[in-house]
Amino acid sequence: MSLSPNPPHDPRANYIQMMQRKRLYGGLTMAIFALLLVSGFMLANDRNAGGFWSGLPHVLDFPADVWADAAPKVDQLPGHFLTFFPSLLETINIAAVSTLIGAAIAVVLSMLATRGLALWPRAIPVFRRAMDIMRAMPEIVIALVLIFVLGGGPVPAMIAITFHTAGALGKLFSEVNENADLKPIEGLQSVGAGWVQRMWLGVIPQVAPNYFSYGLLRFEINIRASAILGFVGAGGIGYELKNAMSWGLGKFDEAAAIFILLFLTIVVFDQLSSRVRQGLIHKGGH
Amino acid sequence: MLLVENLTKSFGSNTAVDRMTFEVDRPMMIGIIGRSGAGKSTFLRMMNRMTPASSGRLVFEGTDVLQLTGGGMRQWQSQCAMIFQQFNLVPRMDVVSNVLHGTLNRRSTLGTMFNLYPTEDIHKAIDILDRLGIADHAAKRAEALSGGQQQRVAIARALMQDPKVILADEPIASLDPMNAQIVMDALRRIHDEDGRMVIANLHTLDTARRYCDRVIGMRDGRIVFDGSPAQLTVGVARDIYGADETFSESATSTEIREHTGHQARVPA
Ligand SMILES: Nc1ncnc2c1ncn2[C@@H]1O[C@H](COP(=O)(O)OP(=O)(O)OP(=O)(O)O)[C@@H](O)[C@H]1O
Ligand SMILES: [Mg+2]
Repeated sequence: MSLSPNPPHDPRANYIQMMQRKRLYGGLTMAIFALLLVSGFMLANDRNAGGFWSGLPHVLDFPADVWADAAPKVDQLPGHFLTFFPSLLETINIAAVSTLIGAAIAVVLSMLATRGLALWPRAIPVFRRAMDIMRAMPEIVIALVLIFVLGGGPVPAMIAITFHTAGALGKLFSEVNENADLKPIEGLQSVGAGWVQRMWLGVIPQVAPNYFSYGLLRFEINIRASAILGFVGAGGIGYELKNAMSWGLGKFDEAAAIFILLFLTIVVFDQLSSRVRQGLIHKGGH
Repeated sequence: MLLVENLTKSFGSNTAVDRMTFEVDRPMMIGIIGRSGAGKSTFLRMMNRMTPASSGRLVFEGTDVLQLTGGGMRQWQSQCAMIFQQFNLVPRMDVVSNVLHGTLNRRSTLGTMFNLYPTEDIHKAIDILDRLGIADHAAKRAEALSGGQQQRVAIARALMQDPKVILADEPIASLDPMNAQIVMDALRRIHDEDGRMVIANLHTLDTARRYCDRVIGMRDGRIVFDGSPAQLTVGVARDIYGADETFSESATSTEIREHTGHQARVPA
């Protein structure tokens, strides 16, 4: 942004030039993306024993099998719902506990990583990187390692989800913290309040509604994660689903019941949390 | 009582406060004046330990408060209350809670988290609000009050600290003349009745003249005037503000009487 009159200063030409460069970059990006996509498919096709393309039409075979097996036994569905309800509760429980603990860790991490709030300003990059790493690590990888070390059950799933949640929410929370008004915190600092007191009284009241709505969103995500982790041996409804499915024909009615149960749960929590979040937004500034 | 010696603060190459030196032997009401950027706020923030000093000493009753760390520093902060231009209350909390924040230094962290303030402290907070004439608003959220009322809540919080010194950084700069007078009267009364030292950054000359026992003038981080209000002539004021002949005192005034008719212009 030179203010000197020497270079040809023609806003229209400049703009067109910029536009063309943007288009060029856009086109290049698209081309690279398409290339990657095609090569990915090729790779998948090569690697897949049965052949990716030839296997594609059979994707619908499985649901068809489930349907054929379950449809005649539709009267047994309510019974199955009852049978699997406890393991559904276990799945939700795992999600709830990990969301709560993860959010608590995220609150502390996010404050330590926010300029103006941090207890040790020089360590801010350390906490930022820590959260990046926690967030980048997929739950399933952590869970697999922990199941290998600790054996199956809900505890590895809880630890895995908590870990990921702390990183993911920590990042979001610290963005919320950035917007917190520092004046009340200075006021508290001036009376000689300690760090925890400043955060609890000066920051939390400002950011709590935002924290809460992000936390709810994360809870929803964690219900799904916890169901999926059941598949790899972490208990809950995912585990039951895996059993029913690997049994094969004859137990697909149970699999169908679990699918429906899981689907309904996710829909219910989805609706619930979006209602609550809407409510929070409408109350808004108050 | 208070000894400030070669107190200096640099932000990079910019020296905000430059070898500030003065002594105070008894509690009095001191006004600091000077134009924007003179280093007034920086001095108060160093005294309260919100901004670290670059060098120099600040000795209060025999202790160099700049050397204090951790709990000792927070103990000093509780002895040295601060009032801000923008009040710096917690807006979503009620007035009494905000006043009770003045006791945080002697509260345990856990007690704070569960809001466990002793009943006698709550009574004391309400008494202080009553003294400042805003007890009726005790249960309201701080953000629901007018600027003048919020500033009185901030003064109540300061009094709750039972401090030896009250620092006020342009306490009336965002208030209308009516509320400005109420707040300044309150500060003066606190000095007269409780014998606390008050140091206030003021942006109007007449306020400094009217309320203070001693006036310190700052320019570019240095003390360029230190004396009684009577010694603060127009010439001296011009010097402090770096203004020329056209400078008139009403240019820095917010007093009520001047808005009710004649302009008290000082001839150039
Ligand atoms: N955090 C900071 N970082 C860098 N420079 C600062 C900082 N705070 C203050 N300064 C600089 O220090 C100098 C003194 O600022 P200070 O706020 O103390 O002035 P002031 O007398 O209070 O002015 P005002 O009347 O506008 O409040 C200014 O030049 C300012 O730019
Ligand atoms: Mg200032």
